Amino acid sequence: MPTFEPVLLARINTPDSHTLATYQRDGGYQALRKALDMAPADVTTLVKDSGLRGRGGAGFPCGLKWTFLPKDHPGPIYLCINADESEPGTFNNRYLMEMDPHQLIEGIAIACHAIRSKNAYLYLRFEYGLSYRRLDAAIKECYAAGLLGKNILGKGFDLDIVLHRGAAAYICGEETGLIESLEGKRAWPRIKPPFPAIEGLFRKPTIVNNVETLCCVKQILDRGKEWFQSIGVKPDPNNPRDPGSYGPKLYTVSGHVNKPCCVELPLGVTARELIEEHAGGVWKGRKAKAVVPGGISMGFLSDKELDTPLDFNGPGKVGCLGLGTAAVVVVDDQTNMVDVLYNCARFFSHESCGQCTPCREGTNWMTRILDRIRSGNGSMRDLDLLTEVASSMGIIPGTTICGLSDGAAWPVKNAIQKFRGDFEDYINSGRKSVTPYPVGAH
Amino acid sequence: MSALTEELREKIRAEFPKYPNKRAVTLPALHIVHDALRCVSTESIREIANLLELHPSEVHDTMSFYNFFKDEHHPLGKHRVWFCRSISCMLRGGEELLGEVCQKYNVKPGETSADGKFTLEFAECLGACEGAPCALVDEDCHMTLDVNSASKLIDGLK
Repeated sequence: MPTFEPVLLARINTPDSHTLATYQRDGGYQALRKALDMAPADVTTLVKDSGLRGRGGAGFPCGLKWTFLPKDHPGPIYLCINADESEPGTFNNRYLMEMDPHQLIEGIAIACHAIRSKNAYLYLRFEYGLSYRRLDAAIKECYAAGLLGKNILGKGFDLDIVLHRGAAAYICGEETGLIESLEGKRAWPRIKPPFPAIEGLFRKPTIVNNVETLCCVKQILDRGKEWFQSIGVKPDPNNPRDPGSYGPKLYTVSGHVNKPCCVELPLGVTARELIEEHAGGVWKGRKAKAVVPGGISMGFLSDKELDTPLDFNGPGKVGCLGLGTAAVVVVDDQTNMVDVLYNCARFFSHESCGQCTPCREGTNWMTRILDRIRSGNGSMRDLDLLTEVASSMGIIPGTTICGLSDGAAWPVKNAIQKFRGDFEDYINSGRKSVTPYPVGAH
Repeated sequence: MSALTEELREKIRAEFPKYPNKRAVTLPALHIVHDALRCVSTESIREIANLLELHPSEVHDTMSFYNFFKDEHHPLGKHRVWFCRSISCMLRGGEELLGEVCQKYNVKPGETSADGKFTLEFAECLGACEGAPCALVDEDCHMTLDVNSASKLIDGLK
């Protein structure tokens, strides 16, 4: 198989890759120039025809989302950039923002031209301090160079980008939670419809796009839709609704591997290839017991499912929720799934926004049951109880407003189904594990 | 006496032109005050509300949603150190590391060291999983830590 030349990450090893000078030397902002010579609708059509699907987790077709905006709206129309990357195991947006912030800014400008927006809000998670400094400096460079502000590149296009910092809350990555947070409120996701394209930020038409998605937009303008469709996986001929999984994708591999990494590959690479070829194999000469395919909310692959292609359809075929953020987390065969699942459940109970009862109570209930099992007081009945709680929370059973709950339920359902033996052995052995730090003021 | 200096008020006002209404400045204002005063007191909430033309309860409602902001009963130390406890760090000893730090400095997550130098926190995924276990010291992420390198970081805080 020929080696894949990275595109989105092509510049990250360039010295001073984050500066405007090196970015322009490497051909930066030519794609924006090209886009500004096109009609906005033609840019949207190009992106739509490329088959680009959102990289943030849901995989919704990007260009199609843009077409949902009302036609001939007097404005303002807003673009929100979702840089609240918080899914455990995920760090690809951080790479893009720290090492190549101008690629993102160019993507934002192209998208704003396409959707006729003059105001973009970049919602950045607070924890990314270096990303903040790099983006802040890059935005200032752009204003000074006439690449942001009024009459950009002399083509009559105006755009302001505001960098807005979050406050360490996972739910702000949900697009309507992000909008509420930006408006200065608690980040409670909204009931849809209306969808943000109709009524979003400040009750105006709004598009929310992920960082990596917008970087792909820049590359599609540069290289064309045929290039984009030459990479990845074609639509399933047996599924007329499958738009395919085209383009390059950043995969992050972490956990029990020798060389944790962020790597750009065509969509559809397998978990096994990522672990063996790119992450140096499972650490300490061990074998993988479980692999998270795309952030913990997507569930787990068992050791027999490592040849699953990680495209938008693959993980779903083996019972996972989806591709998610393509964050691969490897768990070795010496680790107990009870501890792993407890960690996942605790994360979601900490991050549930508390708006919907099934999620607020369910995530805590599951965490307490798993804590009971860890403290040596579990029973076999607890395993069925966990499955029952998990099956009744989320958008899929129709009991919550947003998908956080589905993401909380999925690792529980997958773990009990695929690793039930681990849980039974743990309960039968009378083992106990404790959290190795004191629970303090939290 | 007001809680917010004129300098802080000016910084908050400088955010107004970026947004179509003042309410959207709630998070930026909370960050500005929290960073400078190491907490957001009830009086600060009132004064922020006044600047933003909101009711203090609206500012408090937002502030209390994000566990990030401390009130005057739990002010931050001079620095804030977050150790990641989420899956990739946990698998590589992040929770044990946090436990060792707690023991060494006699402080629990959410508390401030006796000398007021730093507030210790656990964090959910810091997005630096390639360098697990990791910690955030104020605005800088440090990767591939053990108890020795983590202690060095904490001892080096001014």
